[in-house]
Amino acid sequence: MASKYYFINILRFVLLALVQVLLCNKIGFLGFINPMIYILFLYWYPIKQNRAAFIIVSFLLGFIIDIFSDTLGIHAASTVTIAYLRPAIMRFCFGVNYEFQSFKLASVPRIQQITYIALLIIIHHTVFFILEVFSFENFLLILKKILAVSLASLILCILLSSLFSVKKE
Amino acid sequence: MQQIINFIFRNKNLLLYLFLLFISIALTIRSHSYHQSKFFNSANSITGGVYNASNNVTTYFNLEKENQKLVQENMRLRSILFNKEYNQEVQIDSTKFDSTLITYKIIAARIIKNSYSNLDNYITINKGSKDGVIQDMGVITPDGILGIVENTSQNFSQVQSILNRKSNLNAKIKNTDNFGSLVWNTKDYNIVQLIDIPRRIPVKVGDTILTGAASSIFPENIPIGTIKGWNLDVSKSSYSIDIVLFNDMSNIKNVYLVHNKDRAEIELLESQKTNGQ
Repeated sequence: MASKYYFINILRFVLLALVQVLLCNKIGFLGFINPMIYILFLYWYPIKQNRAAFIIVSFLLGFIIDIFSDTLGIHAASTVTIAYLRPAIMRFCFGVNYEFQSFKLASVPRIQQITYIALLIIIHHTVFFILEVFSFENFLLILKKILAVSLASLILCILLSSLFSVKKE
Repeated sequence: MQQIINFIFRNKNLLLYLFLLFISIALTIRSHSYHQSKFFNSANSITGGVYNASNNVTTYFNLEKENQKLVQENMRLRSILFNKEYNQEVQIDSTKFDSTLITYKIIAARIIKNSYSNLDNYITINKGSKDGVIQDMGVITPDGILGIVENTSQNFSQVQSILNRKSNLNAKIKNTDNFGSLVWNTKDYNIVQLIDIPRRIPVKVGDTILTGAASSIFPENIPIGTIKGWNLDVSKSSYSIDIVLFNDMSNIKNVYLVHNKDRAEIELLESQKTNGQ
């Protein structure tokens, strides 16, 4: 069982990184909207795993995306932030019962899943665009980018997550 | 001592997070103030290889359009060439062709990763140090200019696009010798800004903007774009002119790298002058 989880997660890691850099970074909708779908990796990552390993793997994912898109450090910083905050976000969305052994992401109501992925995306994009713009003079620009790109990422992530949803076992 | 170890053990996730966050923010700050990192950029062999493989597939989808573009360019160049030969016949004694007099060397390359929607855009091309590409070569397209080579690996190079907040090129208005700096305000990927043009210069909508003579990177008089509009800057003494680029930055495939053979000499001379002052 354990090796199967490793295999699925490595596959997700590679595929999401490739799809992100080869497809999503080229969308450029309205000139600036490139949805970030690699956040799905953090959304799908098993809950009852070593937390330190999760943070390191997320950092690596962000760092690899950074190298591909020549934005050194920005993706890594925002991804590692949501990786660290994920337990708090899950507690906020699902209540305390997510810590139980029987908890499955696929079995919670749809609206809770959407709140969970939306919170991940919004926190990620806030950190990302603050670091990308790197000055508070352009506060409106940051706000515009956060809202527009978050919406695009959210729609794409929800579509993808329902397309490849984890089957109930 | 026991307490310190306990503290580290209890907060190991927080400390790990802060450590990784610190690394990434340090990298970000560094890339905002200096050149991109030498190794961690999209021109290294792994990322370049991935982009090259994907580009080898996608490049077939618009071959026809690219061919047409190249034919158009060849047509324009041939018309210049034929007319030049005709002109030179008159004064053939005074001009003698000598290969050592060629100042600019051209290398053709293909874009394997384009980017125009970020605030600091970098482009990756499929020629590297093996093909003679070096740092600070100018990159032009059939229609206009694209940027400057910032990093090279053996097979790939990373180009700082003119759509980058760090980009600052020398440009002038056609038929005048007043030059200014070409920068980008990050708003629209087909519009760049020419700043520091004095207010007394007459500016008209539709005027052509060319590369200036003050830079040793680009040859003089390469067309960049046309004037769309302007406003005065804060001090009311110089213009900030909006320029519509001739090339569509979202759709470029074939580019040329320009190497000025005199550049090293010019740079040396300029550095001597500044040191002497």
